[in-house]
Amino acid sequence: MVDMSPADGPADGGLLAGLRQTGTLAWRTLLQIRHNPWELGDFSIQPVLFLLLFLFVFGGAIAGSTADYLQFILPGVIVMNMVFVTVYVGHGLNTDLTKGMFDRLRALPIARWAPLAGRIVADLVKQAWSIILLLGVGFLLGFRLGTSPLGLLGMALLVLTVALAMSWIMVLVGVLARDPEHVQLFGFTALFPVTFVSNVFVPVETMPGWLQVVVAVNPVSQLADAARGLLVGGPVLGPALWSLAWALGITAVFAPLSVRALNRRLARG
Amino acid sequence: MRRMSEAIHVEELHRSFGATRALAGVDLSVRRGSVLGLLGPNGAGKTTMVRILATLLRPDAGRAVVGGHDVVSQAQRVRQLVGLTGQYASVDEKLTGRENLVLIARLLGQSRAAARARADELLREFELEHAAARAAKHYSGGMRRRLDLAASLVGRPEILFLDEPTTGLDPRARLSLWQLVRRLVAAGTTVLLTTQYLEEADALADEIVMLDHGRVIAAGTADQLKARVGARSLVLSLTDESQLPAVAALLEAAGGQPPQVNGRQISVPACDAGLLRAVVRRLDESGLKVDEIALRSPSLDDVFLALTGHATGEDGGEDGGYVPG
Ligand SMILES: Nc1ncnc2c1ncn2[C@@H]1O[C@H](COP(=O)(O)OP(=O)(O)OP(=O)(O)O)[C@@H](O)[C@H]1O
Ligand SMILES: [Mg+2]
Repeated sequence: MVDMSPADGPADGGLLAGLRQTGTLAWRTLLQIRHNPWELGDFSIQPVLFLLLFLFVFGGAIAGSTADYLQFILPGVIVMNMVFVTVYVGHGLNTDLTKGMFDRLRALPIARWAPLAGRIVADLVKQAWSIILLLGVGFLLGFRLGTSPLGLLGMALLVLTVALAMSWIMVLVGVLARDPEHVQLFGFTALFPVTFVSNVFVPVETMPGWLQVVVAVNPVSQLADAARGLLVGGPVLGPALWSLAWALGITAVFAPLSVRALNRRLARG
Repeated sequence: MRRMSEAIHVEELHRSFGATRALAGVDLSVRRGSVLGLLGPNGAGKTTMVRILATLLRPDAGRAVVGGHDVVSQAQRVRQLVGLTGQYASVDEKLTGRENLVLIARLLGQSRAAARARADELLREFELEHAAARAAKHYSGGMRRRLDLAASLVGRPEILFLDEPTTGLDPRARLSLWQLVRRLVAAGTTVLLTTQYLEEADALADEIVMLDHGRVIAAGTADQLKARVGARSLVLSLTDESQLPAVAALLEAAGGQPPQVNGRQISVPACDAGLLRAVVRRLDESGLKVDEIALRSPSLDDVFLALTGHATGEDGGEDGGYVPG
């Protein structure tokens, strides 16, 4: 797969062929959803449910009114959901590895990186779908765009960029885990605190001092702040740069680690 | 470049997993357009061999050339020539049978229309048309196996690796797989198949290589291997057990060697082709009654036992139940 073996010659078909293969493999992942609609529910119903629950249960207490709370929480829920959806990358990859599908693909004369790239691209499509869905539900509930459509687009791109980076963490989990269930278990267990110890649901000022420090450096908080700025208004540049820095750092650390772990797992037989 | 008549050439191949030596110096060669049967008990190294030849695993030492290309340094070229059906069916369970095949065809660069046509053709050939639109996870074991096989044929490979292709198939499906292999070979495909069924290697393979503990313990045609164990024997089944001594005496008189008695069966080594004629004539003259009279070759099971000193499947020390991944 990502086996950077000695020049195999032109048989690869080059970059263009690799991109096409990646597209085909992404299409495959999306086809899977068509046959397992409940999977769509997993990353559609859950975030919407979260949004509605928090909005109507806590909205009054936290922000005084649900309308105000919606303005605060929607960008945060979009970010939180993005974090959870990255688990699908690891889950899908691990399924392919344990069920032999990855071997089937590796035995084909396709670009070595296509199977992994296909996985990641497909999950970006899922990410985009979740963002659109949450925005749609948000607008139905009365969310007001405080900026411009350009801000909205910027928010989507920024969230997708960070999603891409965070996918690499889940690739590593997918490679190291024994089976898909462990990926899910580990993924959600690790991600729950990361998303909740953030400013997604409540403003950071309401927390004890030591927690504020943790929340402030949490990339989820930074990204949620940036998303708020881009959707509702307020400071954008600072949190957006921090988010990009996080994305860069995560990629720099986890992409090589993941690729190495994957190659090692494959070489082990 | 290898000699063009060779589809697969393997020299001194080694591969270990930790302390387990899965392949400990294997040589073999497969003629273009022929079938090689790789035979061996659990843990012999069959799957390891196939995975190396299909470029999924690197050897520790030695050389393997497939279709004229080195499996390590020219892996991508090898992949263009080969098809692989692994020991454990590897299809996307969430996709339908047709989608699985279309996916492979598309990855191989076929157009949408060509991919669909190829998929339908294979579905028909493997009698999966009725299940074409069903997700593979709802397939029976045998259907999944067939889909897996179809998937490895999408690109019309010149060289096909089949790792225990008939394990889990019912007798009818097994026969139709045998026919398929014969059809493919008639059309020029080279096949390397692994099996634990001696009769399967006997039925399909032009040449057989027997592996045990990562080493070749015997190689040759089925007949050559059988010849190593000993001659054929003449076997008679009697209706009336009380006639055993008389028949035994008759056999000894005709052939000169002492016969062996096993229940109502009696057998004698048949080195000489004239023996059968002589026995039939004497039986006729004596009026003794015989149910069945047959010339029997030793089975490959006999060969295995003779070569290894242990029967197939009784491979004590090794962990044969290993599942990759
Ligand atoms: N990935 C692996 N890790 C550790 N040991 C392995 C691995 N793959 C194979 N082995 C070991 O190598 C030996 C050969 O295994 P292999 O799968 O090649 O045998 P096989 O002939 O295909 O057996 P079977 O008939 O059971 O499929 C066995 O002892 C097996 O346990
Ligand atoms: Mg095996």
